[in-house]
Amino acid sequence: MTDYARPGDMVSALRLLASGPRLVLAGGTDLYPACVGRGLTGAVLDLTAVPEMKGVEKIAAGLRIGACVTWAEIAAAQLSPALAALQQAAVEVGGRQIQNAGTIGGNLCNASPAADGVPPLLALAAEVELASVQGVRRMPLSAFITGPRQTALRPAEILCAVLVPRAALTGRSVFHKLGARKYLVISIASVAVRLVEREGVVADAAVAVGACSAVARRLPQVEAALMGGVLAGAAERITDAAVAAGVAPLDDIRGSAAYRASAAAELIRRAVAGLTGGQA
Amino acid sequence: MTPTTFTLNGRKQVLTTDPGRRLSEVLREDCGLTGTKVGCDAGDCGACTVLVAGRAACACLTPLAQIAGQTVVTVEGLAATGFARLQAAFLRHGAAQCGICTPGMLMAAAALLSETPRPSEAEVEVALGGVLCRCTGYRKIIAAVCDAWREDVPIATATGIGARTERLDGPPKVTGRDRFGADLWQKGGLVVKAIRSPYDHARFAFGDMQSWQAAQPSVVAVFTAADIAGRNVFGVIAAFADQPALAEGTARFRGEAVALVAIEDDGAWPDLAGFPIRWDALPAVMTPHDAMADGAAQIHANRAGNLLTEGFVQRGDADAALATSAHRVTGHYQTAFVEHAYIEPEAGSAWMDSDTLVIRACTQAPVMDRDATAAILGLPPDRVRIIPSAVGGGFGSKLDLSVQPLLGLVALKTGRPVRMVFSRAESMAATTKRHPATITAQIGCDAQGHVTAMAFEGVFNTGAYASWGPTVANRVPVHATGPYRTPHIHARARAIHTNGPVSGAFRGFGVPQAAIAQETLYDRLAKAAGIDRLAFRLKNAYRDGDVTATGQVLAAAGIWECLAALRGPWARALGEALAANTKGGTIRRGVGVASCWYGCGNTSLPNPSTIRVGIRADGSVMLHQGATDIGQGSDTVITQICAEACGLPLAAFTLIGPDTFLTPDAGKTSASRQTFVTGRAAEAAGRELRAAILRQGNMGEAARLTLDGAAIVSDTGGRIDLAALSADELGYVFRAEQTYDPPTTALDANGQGTPYAVYGYGAQMVELAVDMALGTVRLLKITAAHDVGRAINPMLAEGQIEGGIAQGIGMALMEEYIAGRTENLHDYLIPTIGDVPPIDSILIEVPHPEGPFGAKGLGEHVLIPTAPAILNAIADATGVLVTTLPVLPHRLLAAIRGEEA
Repeated sequence: MTDYARPGDMVSALRLLASGPRLVLAGGTDLYPACVGRGLTGAVLDLTAVPEMKGVEKIAAGLRIGACVTWAEIAAAQLSPALAALQQAAVEVGGRQIQNAGTIGGNLCNASPAADGVPPLLALAAEVELASVQGVRRMPLSAFITGPRQTALRPAEILCAVLVPRAALTGRSVFHKLGARKYLVISIASVAVRLVEREGVVADAAVAVGACSAVARRLPQVEAALMGGVLAGAAERITDAAVAAGVAPLDDIRGSAAYRASAAAELIRRAVAGLTGGQA
Repeated sequence: MTPTTFTLNGRKQVLTTDPGRRLSEVLREDCGLTGTKVGCDAGDCGACTVLVAGRAACACLTPLAQIAGQTVVTVEGLAATGFARLQAAFLRHGAAQCGICTPGMLMAAAALLSETPRPSEAEVEVALGGVLCRCTGYRKIIAAVCDAWREDVPIATATGIGARTERLDGPPKVTGRDRFGADLWQKGGLVVKAIRSPYDHARFAFGDMQSWQAAQPSVVAVFTAADIAGRNVFGVIAAFADQPALAEGTARFRGEAVALVAIEDDGAWPDLAGFPIRWDALPAVMTPHDAMADGAAQIHANRAGNLLTEGFVQRGDADAALATSAHRVTGHYQTAFVEHAYIEPEAGSAWMDSDTLVIRACTQAPVMDRDATAAILGLPPDRVRIIPSAVGGGFGSKLDLSVQPLLGLVALKTGRPVRMVFSRAESMAATTKRHPATITAQIGCDAQGHVTAMAFEGVFNTGAYASWGPTVANRVPVHATGPYRTPHIHARARAIHTNGPVSGAFRGFGVPQAAIAQETLYDRLAKAAGIDRLAFRLKNAYRDGDVTATGQVLAAAGIWECLAALRGPWARALGEALAANTKGGTIRRGVGVASCWYGCGNTSLPNPSTIRVGIRADGSVMLHQGATDIGQGSDTVITQICAEACGLPLAAFTLIGPDTFLTPDAGKTSASRQTFVTGRAAEAAGRELRAAILRQGNMGEAARLTLDGAAIVSDTGGRIDLAALSADELGYVFRAEQTYDPPTTALDANGQGTPYAVYGYGAQMVELAVDMALGTVRLLKITAAHDVGRAINPMLAEGQIEGGIAQGIGMALMEEYIAGRTENLHDYLIPTIGDVPPIDSILIEVPHPEGPFGAKGLGEHVLIPTAPAILNAIADATGVLVTTLPVLPHRLLAAIRGEEA
């Protein structure tokens, strides 16, 4: 028998968690697969009825995405072109069933190296809002995910929202994912690129790669090669060497390390070419 | 506990149970709605898809708490919510084969159709991308969903031979009423869980089981090999039987069962992690290379060199002929373990009916199950009754015992009803695989392109136990030449034990692996001889009167016709690829072709089927059909054949069985034999029944018979009042029973003889595009010409072709089972709805005199050409032939760049 709590407000949720450890559940798309053939054990805190964790809203600082917003909701939302990569990733997370249940907050807390939600959010310089009965703190997403399946979340803390700073809501973005089949596939590599253009020049560039290191990463060297340069032919300035220097891929059943680095570079070139109207 | 209230299929439900339970479990166990299937329990397969508030959800990932106040619709509620047309479209298009994924497909489609009543194919693919199907190849599902808006579709009335009759067992598959292995059990019984080896090779010893059991209140009993009264050895081929139902002291592969725990079936889950067993891991031999090395540890004491057995065929002098051939090519190949990945994990239930042990489970071979289970349990076979459940895909693996002896042991020992359902991981670890093959082959031809000779050496990793390894070793040399004249042949296939998973039967019994070598070498040979690849195959294709590698003179060889049917598509495809490639760019198009031939039924062994048909005094026609329909359509096809032969309408027939107490032995569903062998018995039984009717009614040979209530009426005026006739001991006023056993002969020391009475043939053409910078492959179209002798039911035949192609795609491009690494359906990849391109099926009919109405087998043939045709098309596009399967993107890119993968 599970001690199953599904509070209807944030304060209750935080108090429950403060009173003792609980398995935190949202869409269930990672939690249930981790206990195939048996039930959830121990105390559970189901966050899906907490209204503060739902909805996508514009705030003074930028955009606030509730941690329990599902991928289907993100895909269907009216968002600025800077978030196109996130919306494209939203329809690549599992199938429709997973997109209807899986949440953006869950994707981050699960901290899979291949999580499709992470590169687009890194390219948006996203922050996470972490709440506990002690209060709320914020940190960059890049600092939140600390390793495979590891985050900076403290005991009794809930990731309640993802914040996209206003400065990152500019430009246009694109997401590319590579897998060995069409649907329901864990990425061999995934990339998100956001470019801000001003008068034919790349004014800002954000390039993030997933599944090619223990934690998805931005590639500053690649970004530097893009920034300040003319838009036309920008893709040609991305070298395999610069990408390889920025990632740390593993050999596994899905692909070799060398392949991952090479594929990531190619995907970034294609993403940039797509955003700049050129050919990769 | 607060009750959870929700609306289920239009009715209010109030359930007082753990709110953290999976909705799938609650629907099945508490609400009695077993139409929602559990294929993986992890959101990987989508079989459990239901609608929650109108949206598709995996019920296995949905806590009951989250549906409080919501509306839930399952497959059982589909018709009442306006989707009867969708269900009808699935039947009309043949979109359901085994039916295990069908509820999930229907629910995902319903979510789409609610928003988009007339979707495009692309929209269907996106909406159904989260549901896996292993049978259909998806194309008929796409067609059905796109077509589901239609009203007033005329009902097809033709049912005879050649009619696209809807499957007779179809309606329960689209309504959720079909009962698979996990769907029927007696309440208040026991659940059986197996303790399995976590090691590839280990010794083990049990600890204090009494104390452990005492501390686990829900555990009723624990059983080990010591509790087995009979012979704790099984194997599908008696001479090689070597596998214990429960291991004795040593586990030889990861996933081998060593003990059973019987648990009260009240929802309690004892913690089995603390089961008292001590493991001592032993060195494991994982590759045939290591297993054949001098001094390698012997996995079975009586099999030196870890050699299970070898098959051998020799005709002429291959070495001499190769040495003098104008052209010769040699290749080395390596294929992977391939998992069957049916969406239904093994499952069943068992109970005692007085002193008879009844086992109801998913299987392909009820009589073999009965005999093997009886031997293990020390029972006479007539005290074991096997009732096959609906089978959610088999593809060869459900020919072997799985749950049967385990269920039987616990039911027999406790006297209580029991059930057992393998988890996905358990199903993948414990059951058989396709053999990984290491092949070296050489083929030569003369200056004009006539094939002269072949030398073939195959090593097949047969895993820890024999299973169907001997069949693979024997089948491969017989088929190694492909369907082509090869005057000189030397072919050997060895099955070598390792501590890998047990390799057994998988659609094609090793022939698909061999065809990869032969068909890719043919492309290289054609190039060397300067001949078009299709023309090269046509030049060498078997014709009637040709002699095979085993010395058999062929009749009704349809391969030339299949290849000839591809001439038009071939010219078009080559032209289109050339035009596309001329433009340059990163994407390169390629076209490939490959053939198959495949002998139907056992290799040089008796292989009979018996069919009984009877008419009751009330006019009902009962067909005792013992062949298990695992989705391929034998229930429908065999009934169509019998109906045609006796001249009574298909609709008059009622199917009985399969059930070892009610149906004569129709053999196993294996080796593409049911349409041919059981069909031939059904034809003979139908003709015998007709003859008896005509005799009784004094009707002429040409009489057209109909049933008029309890009377048979002839169009020539005769009438038989059935109620006036006396019934036999089975209640029949007319009864016929016929057996057919295909005429074959044994193979001699050089593999010479007649191993099969009938062969089927096929050729497939693949068009694809390769991304030269990423090493990814996109399939564009597959054209498949198959000689089926006579298409009894073209819709079902197309379904076999499309489904076999999908499995061939998986084998070529993505499937590789690694014990301990890919025991789930997200690390082990099978094709999704987006991975199977449009398929154009061309049915060729070269009737065989042995087949019923000329029909040949088809089920396995369809998988064989796909992978080599893909490899050939990739080589055509890129200039490189990849010889290690699967062709994952990193392997292909490394090959394109001339690197080691």
